[in-house]
Amino acid sequence: MTTEPLVVIDNLHKSFGHVEVIKGVSLAVSKGDVACIIGPSGSGKSTLIRCVNALVPFEIGSIKVLGIEVNDPKLDKLKLRKHVGMVFQQYNLFPHRTALQNVMMAPIQVLKRPKKEVEAEAYALLKKVRLEGKEHAYPGELSGGQQQRVAIARSLAMKPDLMLFDEVTAALDPETVGEVLLTIRQLAEEGMTCILVTHEMGFAREVANEVYFTDRGVIVEHAPPAQFFSAPRDPRTQAFLSQIL
Amino acid sequence: MTPGLAIANWFSHLNDTTGVNFTIFYDPYDRARFLNGFWVTLELSGVTIVGSVLLGIVGAWGQMSRQGWIRWLVEGYIQLFRNTPPLVQMYFFYFGLSALLPKMRNGVGFEEPLINGFAWACLSLICFAGSFNVEIFRSGIEAIPTATTEAAESLGFTRLQTYIQVTLPLALRICLPALTNNLVNLVKTTTLAYAIAVPELLYVSNQIWSDNENVPEMMLVLFVIYIALVGILVFAMHAWERALRRPGLGT
Amino acid sequence: MSAKFPVILPLNATLQRQPGGLPTLRLAPWHGIVLAAIILFSSAAADAATGQATQAGVLAVLANWTPLLLRGFGLNILISFLSMAIGTVLGAFLGLGLITPSRPTRAMSWLLTQFFRNAPWLVLLFFMIFLLPFQIHVGSHTISLPGWLKAVIGLALPVMANVAEIVRGGVLSIPPGQWEAAESLGFTRRQQLWLIILPQSVKRMLPPWMNLYAILTTSTTLASIVGVNEVVTLAGQVLAAEGSRPNLLAPIYAYVLLMFFIYTYPIAWATQRLERRYQVRN
Repeated sequence: MTTEPLVVIDNLHKSFGHVEVIKGVSLAVSKGDVACIIGPSGSGKSTLIRCVNALVPFEIGSIKVLGIEVNDPKLDKLKLRKHVGMVFQQYNLFPHRTALQNVMMAPIQVLKRPKKEVEAEAYALLKKVRLEGKEHAYPGELSGGQQQRVAIARSLAMKPDLMLFDEVTAALDPETVGEVLLTIRQLAEEGMTCILVTHEMGFAREVANEVYFTDRGVIVEHAPPAQFFSAPRDPRTQAFLSQIL
Repeated sequence: MTPGLAIANWFSHLNDTTGVNFTIFYDPYDRARFLNGFWVTLELSGVTIVGSVLLGIVGAWGQMSRQGWIRWLVEGYIQLFRNTPPLVQMYFFYFGLSALLPKMRNGVGFEEPLINGFAWACLSLICFAGSFNVEIFRSGIEAIPTATTEAAESLGFTRLQTYIQVTLPLALRICLPALTNNLVNLVKTTTLAYAIAVPELLYVSNQIWSDNENVPEMMLVLFVIYIALVGILVFAMHAWERALRRPGLGT
Repeated sequence: MSAKFPVILPLNATLQRQPGGLPTLRLAPWHGIVLAAIILFSSAAADAATGQATQAGVLAVLANWTPLLLRGFGLNILISFLSMAIGTVLGAFLGLGLITPSRPTRAMSWLLTQFFRNAPWLVLLFFMIFLLPFQIHVGSHTISLPGWLKAVIGLALPVMANVAEIVRGGVLSIPPGQWEAAESLGFTRRQQLWLIILPQSVKRMLPPWMNLYAILTTSTTLASIVGVNEVVTLAGQVLAAEGSRPNLLAPIYAYVLLMFFIYTYPIAWATQRLERRYQVRN
């Protein structure tokens, strides 16, 4: 299944002003794989995945998604974003539209697809994230976990090849974390390529193919989860894991 | 006897017995003049409300432009029109700008300005109220978290699509109360068209009271009409505000 | 059900005003510079177009008429001063009427406020110009009422309504705990208002009150429509006296605007400073 990696990040550097938050990161994610990025706050995890769909511009290094070079002044951002879905910590649903409308907006407006077809898919997607019956609720009427699942469905409606999850459970009440993780796991099992920034170590252990530990802008170490969690090599990783677990 | 005639008779009787002279209710000529003026005021208000809101939307978009000169242009426009008396603006449009435009000959051979007083009044009032609307919309836009527009961006929306689909509908909900204020002000300011002889409500009322010497009566009618117009506008805007309300959004 | 949006940020200060409130005048020093530049450039352009042999240079024309225009502008200032004074005194009473416990007084005050705030200023001006007699008899004295004095009264009415609203807003901006604390200490309602609430709220009323004055000053130009010889009327007469040269129009109106700018800028500046200061503190 793994031939040419779907995402290749090579020697990525990113600075905000004089502060360099990413200092040369390289990684590759193959099709169907799930990469989990963990690490202390401020280690540049979120910035890293924001670079992948060009929300944050960067100057040095290269990111290739399905062969599209992101670090290209002539980059067609729309083309990139049709391939890359992103889910945010704060869900960022459009509060003036219903759950269904949130899911339908992008395919209709961006992909210019017929409304009928999109609507049928949107119902199916909301059913898939187990929100049947909530189609016409406004985001303000949904719990955090429900909103986050709408956000996932909204991204899936674009039929992306890659999903980015930016600490999607960090803002949720503990009791709703599980339902969101269940949805992501389902996606992973269906073979969706995912990059997750997360603090859920148990979840990372179960679904990830590869776990990356970042600290102060570099990848300190990476390994398959079994090895990563049972026998971390780097002292910084060991210290971090001992704090968390 | 039709109700209309009964009302006319009653007002005529009122005039004969008390001297309280509401000519517009029984004199067909005055009534026609007055209704015309009323209609002009309605048109003036309608055109300038729609025009200034559109100008506000476009201007707020221009203020977010990546081109520096567009931002400067919008900023200069706002500063010019929000800080000078609207009367001077209207004079400037009507006497200043119209002098620069070529004149046309009409069917009878008389010279006619290319743009008439009504159009100049609309233009100048739209510019006046529009400058406030740009700022109102901008404040609304500034209140929207960047994360929300970022989400739209990551779904592949273009900047314009994001503005129309996400930013503007949310900003509108935030700034509706301020917009209502400004539009009420605008309706009141339409009376300035009097100064350039646009036959709106105040202008025709002036003609009527000059002919009939019934200033207090006409004043009363004017007050009632303007306060009713403002009341209807406020009512409509509040209804709109309610219609746009979404659970969990704003107050 | 918990609604968790990224917090919608508070509106900026210019928008957080009373419903039906007036816009805030915001002036910057460069406005004056731009106006001066317009005068200079449009004068130079006009001179270049006509050639100075036949007509006097535009700047010379402006200088020539400056005493007259300044006298007109003085009338604008006088009108603004008197309207503000009358409107403030009446408005303060009306404003207290808006917050009195007595229902009928409150209703009457509310009606008056709404009426004069929502009626167009120009209509109010016409109202006074036409309805007030040109002279009134007080005992054996006869006081004549020239147009500009009627304009003062006409403009004082909307000022009154706006001041009333400012007073109400200022009093309401004091947290209810202050009333309760004063009441529990045994102050009467009147004492609570005058000793505790008003002293605190006056400084909050100051910025909108000053803004109202700046707006009133620019609105005195409305008096030109009803035939008062204030600066805009005089500017029109100067134009006519100079043979209605169209290229005089821009410099002369810019000149009038410059006068207003020089007068209102310090007020607008002080208003913004006060506003900012109170904002930081609260």
